[in-house]
Order: sequence, then structure tokens, then C-alpha cells
Amino acid sequence: MSWYENIPTMERQELRDLKKFIDISFKDFSRTYGDGIETFFDPLLYFLVWFEKLLINAPWPLIILVIAILAWIGSRSWLVVAGTICSFLVIGYFGMWKDTMSTLAIISVSTLLCISVGIPIGILMSRSDRLQSMVTPVLDVMQTIPSFVYLIPVVMLLGIGKVPGLIAVCIYAIPPIVRLTNLGIRLVDKEVLEAAESFGASYNQKLFGVQIPLALPNIFAGVNQTIMMALAMVVIASMIGVKGLGVPVLRAVSNQYLALGLLNGLAIVALAIIFDRISQSFGKRLQKHLESAHGV
Amino acid sequence: MVSETKVAIKNLYKIFGKDPAGMINHVQNGISKKELLEKYGSVLALNDVNIDIPARGIQVIMGLSGSGKSTLIRHVNRLIEPTSGEIIVDGQNVLGMSKTELREFRRHTASMVFQRFALLPHHTIVDNVSYGLTVQKVPKQEAAERSQQWIDRVGLTGYEKHFPSQLSGGMQQRVGLARALATDAEILLMDEAFSALDPLIRTDMQDVLLGLQEELHKTILFITHDLDEALRIGENIAILRDGFVVQKGTPQEIVLNPADKYVTDFIKDINRGRVLRVSSIMDSKKLKNGPEIERNMVLEDALQILSKAGVFEATVTEGGKSIGSVELGKMTTAIARPREKAGQSDTYR
Repeated sequence: MSWYENIPTMERQELRDLKKFIDISFKDFSRTYGDGIETFFDPLLYFLVWFEKLLINAPWPLIILVIAILAWIGSRSWLVVAGTICSFLVIGYFGMWKDTMSTLAIISVSTLLCISVGIPIGILMSRSDRLQSMVTPVLDVMQTIPSFVYLIPVVMLLGIGKVPGLIAVCIYAIPPIVRLTNLGIRLVDKEVLEAAESFGASYNQKLFGVQIPLALPNIFAGVNQTIMMALAMVVIASMIGVKGLGVPVLRAVSNQYLALGLLNGLAIVALAIIFDRISQSFGKRLQKHLESAHGV
Repeated sequence: MVSETKVAIKNLYKIFGKDPAGMINHVQNGISKKELLEKYGSVLALNDVNIDIPARGIQVIMGLSGSGKSTLIRHVNRLIEPTSGEIIVDGQNVLGMSKTELREFRRHTASMVFQRFALLPHHTIVDNVSYGLTVQKVPKQEAAERSQQWIDRVGLTGYEKHFPSQLSGGMQQRVGLARALATDAEILLMDEAFSALDPLIRTDMQDVLLGLQEELHKTILFITHDLDEALRIGENIAILRDGFVVQKGTPQEIVLNPADKYVTDFIKDINRGRVLRVSSIMDSKKLKNGPEIERNMVLEDALQILSKAGVFEATVTEGGKSIGSVELGKMTTAIARPREKAGQSDTYR
């Protein structure tokens, strides 16, 4: 009854061969295609570097002004604007301005990347149940797989640097925008869609005139989640060479610098809260037409 | 009065489930809706429906929920694809149209009003009313002007910039009606359009519709589960049960000669005196003396005249000329609820 006591296991030798085979195949793959893939991502790298330099080199009052204006456009609340200005002043005062700008750059670029890839995927998913059943498990894996696991192949393929960091952030941060775009479009009132159809609306007229506008609040909740998740990846991304607030945090962990870790950690929290409040109140304002004069 | 047929529904079948085409044979061989569901897991929604809808009239289709009436109306503009059959509009089979033809048909020939309004919540009232025109790519200025006329016509002037959620149910359905009228389509499909409104508003909307119809003479297909509503606005009524048309006729015919127990049950609770007209029960052979009653008068009013005059007979007139007579006894018999016919099962519930 030995099979009953010990779970059937692969021979040690075979297992080692299997692992070796996978490692070698992927190494070969990255040797052959690594350069090509790197070139493919070059425009992204240039944009990211340009944007980061822009943020770092611009005079700080200008940056704060621009961010305050964005906060006003998004939230229409003086409280949020004042909080935003204060947070950035405090961040600068404690000497974290440069790192914060680097983090801001990678968060903005990865959010833009996630939106421009995620929304079309979400739209396609909402059109076809088959695509949805294929993409959903992939999204599940992307969200749950420990980030360290996919850092390995990404680093093997693209080395250490900004682009692999960006990709790692996007793998983690893109699922919510895809999911919520898909969900938002699927939740659009069937009767309204039927009405549009009964008046002879074409495919595009239905998609851009009815489905996407009515799904916008949900899509925006997805954007909000994507930003939050991108911020959560800042420390991990710094392990593979992304500059920003994650680097000092990492240094603080390995050297037990409590104050350093705390300050930079709080700076990340401040960024998260600012982004969250702005994008959430923007999303809420998109639903303004649902407000009723007699409180239904 | 013979009028031309605008929409002809011919041998229409709709079966939901796997292999609907294969199920048609079973249905034509007389399998019941229940058996079809138990044996094959398919739902019989429409069973050999034939209705000729006259031009410029109001055709009501009535039935309880689940009788297939909403499915039927969605076949006319093909929001639902049929299993088999034909729908001929102006000599053209809607079910044979290409995608582009169908889109044009929906844009210009038939527009629809929905039970739960189905307005675009993110558009203002004026944008909702002009939606059909926007879809047709009518220039914005012209669309706004044309919509404004209909907004005024349904009595919503001043609400142009409001959003649907700011309006009451009755007002929202006025928007729905204006939206459907704005495309100038000749056919108006109304799917339980007033069923979601409370009784007073419903009567109100029926008046709005009848008022508009006097002017516009559209071909209206009106779905309802409410017999009072059907009798009030319908020139012709078709009663649907389990996807099958059990009776077609004018309101008078249906109330006086219900085809089966289902229809009898339907008409049991209505105020017959307010529906039946003198002309339906008059005796055109005997001319009698007595107070004059117009042929289109409902019995309730006629009874009033007889009791006031204290007589038992009256003369029925048309345009001032005597065309027959009516007796008090006949009138009371007509108003009394008919005896239930024996031997008919009531398994439809």
C-alpha cells in the first residue's frame, strides 16, 4: 500500500530534466527574440524617460499648479485641491520630491498604457461570451500570481530597467479596467439597447452612443482601481530597477531604517489618496444624469 | 368598411430552444405547449399567428403575461427573429430584408414605444426625442426643430433640458411617444406602452394617443393585458393565448360572442354597459316609436334615456334617420354577465 501513503511523484531525475528543459527553452527564446522585443518597446521607453525628465526638471511650483488644476477639474472640491497642494509641499519638504516625480511618471504612463490596452479588450470581451470565458481565467492568473514569479521571465527577456518594470506594473494593474469595462457594457439596460436597435441604430451608433456612455461610471471605477494597483506595485517594481519612492523603501527594509521607510511609504499613501479622490469624484460626476429631482 | 392591410402577419411561428426549426413539425402536428416543453425543452412562443392589420387603424393584441404578445410585436420590426412565417409590410416581407434594408425599415417605417420607456438616461429630453433622427444622421438643427414640435405636441414644453430621471412615469412615456412619432414612421408599435403607469395617468395617455391618432392616422399595433384599455382604444382586437390567436374581432364582437372560456373569463369583469353600443343589439327589422337613440351610443347612456322617458322601447337613429329599434329587455340581457358555457376546461391558468 505504498501508493496510499506517499503521493505519486515524478522521478527526481525526470523532474530536473523537465525544469532544465523549460529554463533552457526560455533562455533560447529570450536570446533569439529578446532584442527584437526590446526594440518593440523602445518608443515606450523614450516616452517614459522623456516624461520623467519633464516632471523632474520642471519648476516645482508649476508642477504643483498643474496638479492642483487637475485636482479641481476632477473633483470640483476645494478641500481636495488644498489637500493635494499640502501633500506635495510636505513631500518636497521631506526631500522626496524627485522620487515622487519618478513614481508619478511611471504611474501615469502605466495607467495610460493599461487604459489604451484594457478598454478595447474589455469592449471585445463584452461582445462575445466565448472571449469572456477565455480572458477571465487569464485575468484571474494575472491578479493572483505572486508578482515575483512573473518578474523572473520579464527580467530574463528584457533585463533590468524601466520597461520591464512598466510591464510588471501593467500585468498587475490591467485586470480591473478590463473587467469593469466588460461588466459596465454588459450591465447596460437591455431595454435601452433594444430601443436604440428599434430606431435602426447601427453597430457603432449603439456602441459609442449608448453602451460606452452608459458604462462610463463602471469604466471609471476600473481606471480608479488600475491606478491604485499600479501604486501598490511601486516597491516591487523598484526591485528591477524602476526609480522612485520604492527604492528608498527597499533600502529601508534591508537596513532597518524605520523613519526612511515610513516617510516614503506615507508619500505613496498620499499619492494614492489624491489619485483616488480625484478619479472617484470624477466618476461620480459622470453619473450626474441619474440624480433625480424627486429622489427616486 | 373595407380598408387596406398595412401589416400582414402570416403563419408566424416562434419557438425558443434547441433546434427550433425541427420543432415546427411537432407543433404543426398539434403538440401542446406544455408537452413541447416537457418532451423537448423548447418553449412555444407563437403558434401559427395570422393577423391582418388595417392601415390607419389601431389593432390591439391582448393576452395574459406569457401569452407571447411582446414576442409577437418584436417580430414586426424583427427585434426577434422568427422560426418561420412572413410579415408583409406594404408588400415587402420584413423577414426577408437584408441588414441594411431592415435598418432603413426601422428608421423610417416602424417606430416603437416601450413598456418601461427605455429612454436614454444620459440624454436630455430633446436629445431623446430626436434620437431616431440622430440615428438617421439628420442635421442637428433640423432634428432639434422637428423634435420640438413633438415635445410641444405631447405637452412637455419647458422640459427640453431635463433628464429622463427627473420626470414622472407619465411624462417619461410622453417622451417615449414623442420619440417614436418624431421619425414620421407610418407604423407605431406600442408594447404595453401604458401598462407601467397608474390608472389615472393611463387614461390620460390613452386620450393623448387617441387625440393624436385622429390627426395622424398611423397604423398602430398596441399590446396590452388590460381589457378595458383594449376595448377603449382598439378598433380591432386579437386575443392571444399560449402564442395562439383565440379570437379576432371588434370590441363589440368579442364582448357579445366570446370564443371560449378564456375570453369569457377575460370579459367577465368589464363594465359591459359602457362598452356595448346600441347598434350591436338593435333590431333593424322593426321600426318603433319612442325616444331617439343614436346608434353609436353605449348601453349605459341609452338606458338612462329610456328610464327617464319611462318607456321600454326606443328608436335607433343614424344621422337623424330611423334605422331600427331596441328593447329594454334586450339591453339588460346584453349587460348581464353571460352564463358560462359548460364543458370547457379552464386549464390555461
